[in-house]
Amino acid sequence: MIYCKRAIKDILEHRFLSVVTIVTISVSILIASAFTLFFINANAIVNSWKKGIRIMVYLKPNTPEIKVTEIKRNIQEMKGVKDVRFISNKDALQRLKNQMKRQSSLLDNLKENPLPDAFEIQLMESFQNQEKIEKLAARLESLKPVDEVEYGQIWLGRFTNILNLFRLTGFAMGSLFLLATVLIVANTIRLVLYSRQKEVEIMRLVGATDGFIKAPFYIEGLIQGALGGIIGLGALFILFILISSNMGQGLTSSFFTIRFLSWDTFLGIWVCSMFVGWIGCFVSLKQFLKQ
Amino acid sequence: MMDQQGKASIIRLFHVHKNYGAAKALSDVTIDISKNDLLFITGPSGAGKTSLLKLLYYGEAVTEGQVLIDGINLSRISHKTIPMLRRKFGIIFQDYKLIPTKTVFDNIAIVLETIGKKRRFIEKKIRSVLRTVGMENSIHSLPPTLSGGEQQRIAVARAIVGDPKIILADEPTGNLDEDSADVIVDLLKKFHTRGATVIIATHDKELIRKTGGRVIYLKQGRIHPINSPNNVLQ
Repeated sequence: MIYCKRAIKDILEHRFLSVVTIVTISVSILIASAFTLFFINANAIVNSWKKGIRIMVYLKPNTPEIKVTEIKRNIQEMKGVKDVRFISNKDALQRLKNQMKRQSSLLDNLKENPLPDAFEIQLMESFQNQEKIEKLAARLESLKPVDEVEYGQIWLGRFTNILNLFRLTGFAMGSLFLLATVLIVANTIRLVLYSRQKEVEIMRLVGATDGFIKAPFYIEGLIQGALGGIIGLGALFILFILISSNMGQGLTSSFFTIRFLSWDTFLGIWVCSMFVGWIGCFVSLKQFLKQ
Repeated sequence: MMDQQGKASIIRLFHVHKNYGAAKALSDVTIDISKNDLLFITGPSGAGKTSLLKLLYYGEAVTEGQVLIDGINLSRISHKTIPMLRRKFGIIFQDYKLIPTKTVFDNIAIVLETIGKKRRFIEKKIRSVLRTVGMENSIHSLPPTLSGGEQQRIAVARAIVGDPKIILADEPTGNLDEDSADVIVDLLKKFHTRGATVIIATHDKELIRKTGGRVIYLKQGRIHPINSPNNVLQ
């Protein structure tokens, strides 16, 4: 309790340096958590897209009805397949006409239906990853009257690669920001310590232990980290509200909604910012008290 | 441990040397100080008085020789034991060493907070010592707002608040006018009569004359024998 009182008193006595430390932490937390927010949402977008993944199996023209039934049964028995729906070339053409609306008259003059019969395959959730989809597609392609199998493999692969790159960049940038913050906080606290060198020296002369001298500084670090974290996360929330309300329509779709950080992530970042404040103190105190 | 008069020793220095690089601050100093001694360490400026005091509270380590303080051998002291050693002392510094940004109360309270005393006890004790040094009205003042004599009295209050066994005073009247110096002398006498060992480093002969007590004369870092305190006073 006495250490807490001393820590709060010290923060108020050294307002300028405390404000500098808190602002430094809050800016770093804002940047790091903005990256986290972006990454979490990008991940959610990819996941929602993955959930919408369907495999289209196009059959060769004039495949007999008995063969179609046999293929359907074969597909249904395959591992990872949730549902199979047959779309005849007539249904497909009607769907295309519906989608084209006003331009549908262009299709009226066709001499023959150019669209193939097809199966639309929905996958089980556990099967919605690229490796499993590729294996399943290969098996589907091996079925005799199958002409082509399509599942958006190229964009899915590219997007997954981009997301992995983001993940790596996010971790690297996040780590660098946290490291930079720790160093800045350590330096700011070193400035505080230098401004209080005489005080620390006197405390030592009257018999204060290192623990007694350090404890309020650690509490100060935790308080500054907590305040910096709250301000940084608060600023992120305000920015999120402003951006999402201005771009709400563009940012959301039927597949996904842009969301703010979950409570767990929010608390995790907050604890992390307190840790940054504490570790900054630890680094500078270790060097300072050695002198 | 007993000294030559059969009194228990609280401080012993055996052939102590202290060098700062090539400069010799103390050479072959051997001193025995008994409990409840009143001892003056005097000599000209640069004689090694302050260096000697610093060795006692481990402000500096000896270059050679041994220092024993109340049973603690400073040659073998660990980093963790240094605060315990310093709590045996009440130190009055020539430059007061008060924290300018903290109130008189907070400056004195540090001593009791380090030994884990409760807030109520701290408040009672500080009011009591401030009354003793005649500064009870300055409890909430900041040191820079006080005169030199007043700051020295606060330094004395801080030195005595933990009821130390030993009081070290480095030029306690050096920067003070005669009246303020008399107050400090009276206070030091009072603590001596209460049972504390008081060691005063000074070149102020008037202070030695007024106070009385054992005198050690240092010159160029060595102890010079004196037959009686009057030799120094002359």
